[in-house]
Amino acid sequence: MAQNDEGKEKRKIKATGRMKEIMTSYYIDAKTAEQTGKKVAWITSGGPVEPLIAMDIIPVYPENHGAMIGSSKMGVDLCLKAEEMGYSSDLCSYARSDIGCAPVSGGPIGGLPKPDMLVCCNNICGTVLKWYEVQARYFNIPLFILDTPFTHVGFSAEAKNYVKRQILEYIGFLENATGKKFDHDRMREVGKLSLEGQRLWQAVLDMAVNRPSPLSAFDAFFHLALIVTLRGTQQTVDYYKLLLDEMQERVSQKIGAVANEQYRLLWDNLPIWYRMKWLSDKFAAENACLVADTYTTAWCGSMKYIREDDFLDTMAEGYSRIYLNIGVDQMADQVIAMAEKYAVDGIVMHSNRSCKPYSFGQYDIQRIVAEKTGIPTLMIEADMVDARNFSEGQVETRIEAFIEVLKGKRRTLEK
Amino acid sequence: MKIHEDFSKIIHDPYGYAANLNDEKKIVGTVCSYVPEEIILAAGATPFRLFGSFEKTRLADAHLQSYGCSLAKGVLEDALAGKLDFLDGVVFTHTCDTMQRLSDIWRINVKDIFHLDVILPVKLDTESARAYYRDVLQTFRVELAERLGVTISDDDLRRGIVASNRIRRAFGRIYDMTAQAPGILQGEELYMLDRAGMMMERNRFADLIEETANKLSENVTNHTGASAPKRIFLEGGICNYPDIFNIIEESGGVVAGDDLCTGFRYFSGLVDETNPDPILAIADRYIRRISCPAKHQGTTVRGERLVEMARERQAQGVVFFLLKFCDPHAFDYPYLRDTLEKAGIPVLMVEVDDPLQGEGQLRTRLEAFMEMI
Repeated sequence: MAQNDEGKEKRKIKATGRMKEIMTSYYIDAKTAEQTGKKVAWITSGGPVEPLIAMDIIPVYPENHGAMIGSSKMGVDLCLKAEEMGYSSDLCSYARSDIGCAPVSGGPIGGLPKPDMLVCCNNICGTVLKWYEVQARYFNIPLFILDTPFTHVGFSAEAKNYVKRQILEYIGFLENATGKKFDHDRMREVGKLSLEGQRLWQAVLDMAVNRPSPLSAFDAFFHLALIVTLRGTQQTVDYYKLLLDEMQERVSQKIGAVANEQYRLLWDNLPIWYRMKWLSDKFAAENACLVADTYTTAWCGSMKYIREDDFLDTMAEGYSRIYLNIGVDQMADQVIAMAEKYAVDGIVMHSNRSCKPYSFGQYDIQRIVAEKTGIPTLMIEADMVDARNFSEGQVETRIEAFIEVLKGKRRTLEK
Repeated sequence: MKIHEDFSKIIHDPYGYAANLNDEKKIVGTVCSYVPEEIILAAGATPFRLFGSFEKTRLADAHLQSYGCSLAKGVLEDALAGKLDFLDGVVFTHTCDTMQRLSDIWRINVKDIFHLDVILPVKLDTESARAYYRDVLQTFRVELAERLGVTISDDDLRRGIVASNRIRRAFGRIYDMTAQAPGILQGEELYMLDRAGMMMERNRFADLIEETANKLSENVTNHTGASAPKRIFLEGGICNYPDIFNIIEESGGVVAGDDLCTGFRYFSGLVDETNPDPILAIADRYIRRISCPAKHQGTTVRGERLVEMARERQAQGVVFFLLKFCDPHAFDYPYLRDTLEKAGIPVLMVEVDDPLQGEGQLRTRLEAFMEMI
């Protein structure tokens, strides 16, 4: 027993404490912005935050708020509030919980700091457009929409032109909102830091190629917060250096995220925030480690389109070609590439009622992956925040049955 | 008034009609009111709107989860079942998340016909979006011509515009007359005209709809109407249920106007025939037209225009028909409801799914609403 506890202690990621400090101080800064005279912008998770950082505007993420609401199991209550306001229970639970939260200042942190402006980039979904329109009316503040045309099979020249023109409009919008001139030198620094942060985050995730993997997708879901919220800051770069060091140390000491890693799995879609611990324990009990996921890599997946010496101009393409803004067949290719890179035995897909662009197409991806690689997929029907759409018994049975399939496959291979 | 039998024929057997038409015409499937049909007409083809049928979606269920709307599933089902073999191609425009993924799934799984995406801007209220809109339509013109093996000249485009505008003008007159003399057409008849206008060969349809408008105008002055029915305005997206119009009428209401994407929204607004740049003229109509909630014209525009339309049609109440799992409409509903109520216009919301469920309950709710307003 004592040995067991010791193992558990050893597996804990030490950087976690630092992460919590940074996030706490970030939220305190954001919450006290009114007193310190700083402006607050609400921005979508896939939106270009770098110009905000360069303008010293504090970015706040309603989606990150949604994740916090989900993790603290306050999602159902807040979703119900939105439903009382007339929002359908079929709508995205991030949006519902955030919309339900605004008038009551509820949730785990007593509501988000009030925004001075809204920045909505539709590269992740059309839902954010509607959600931000709701909040623009509620707070009666300006809304900037960065419209990134969907790239089913490619990124057209006209789309590139359009997004580039909007980047200039975005700068103009920020100048108007702050009454300050945009500082291009500062922007260049922020751009460099953003790319460095993204490279480090990818390097952290890449550590999962090792056996045993020093981190799981559940760890990635947690440590993701900085690359989303504070991309483009020195703080983020420093933090991921620290985390990368720790991961390298764990690799050299063969410390795995899961005590006895037998099966390596790839997670697809957003986390089920209110069941993270339960799922993590469930898979660990089956000696399965979710070594990687399609979600947390989305924040560094389009780095190849961005040039460090010309961040502002090239980010038009980078932000337009992120994981969710591409065709289902391209997504399948990326899933296969990840499955091979991390040498996974199976894929776990969260069919997420809240996220249609992420979930529709999963059945086809499942089929394409099976045809090309033979890797089996487990489909879990749930929702990222609204726990009413989670059936523990059903999910548990399906996980157990899936692990049996993997065991059977391995026995056949060993024979 | 009795409407021409060709309208009801096509409504009752749209695919049979299309299969016959396909002997002489190329047919291009569309799934959205943003598909620029003028350009398809300019290519000598017939745009044919797909609504899906009202059947079980066994094949589509292998591609779309239970939380996909019945429109997406119905259309995919028919495509996978081979019911749309008359199509030469299909055109998807970017509107909502579901349509965007449906386009991918279609492209991957339906192989025998051409497939084109027209990735329209989502915001419609800036100059850069307008320029992009024009660029995208120009690219579509080139790609479509290639797929159909034709060329599309500016004069072809102008002919397409004129044909579409004829239809829109006639519908404008018809809708004005139904607002002026509610009941002059039954709701179900208007529904058939709307639908037929999205499927029938357009020159033939233009002749028929003009004839219909002319006949109606002869009747409009003598029309006495039923005993003071309640004037209802319909708001929402897809409405696949002719029965709903009957239920409204049987509950003591009459449809005085609509903003449905399968109704008046499809036909509203004209393309400027004098613009030397026909592609820009087409783009401008879509930019100005009352928008689908998946598009952005400003944060309060839809509410303001809905109140305007309801007042113009002297509606005593607005009934929302929201298709289950249609996110853009569901997001706008609370705000539109509040805006209408502030303007003193009562609202009823009905969530619909394919096939229509709980007709009895729907009837009761509509009857109660009619009594209240």
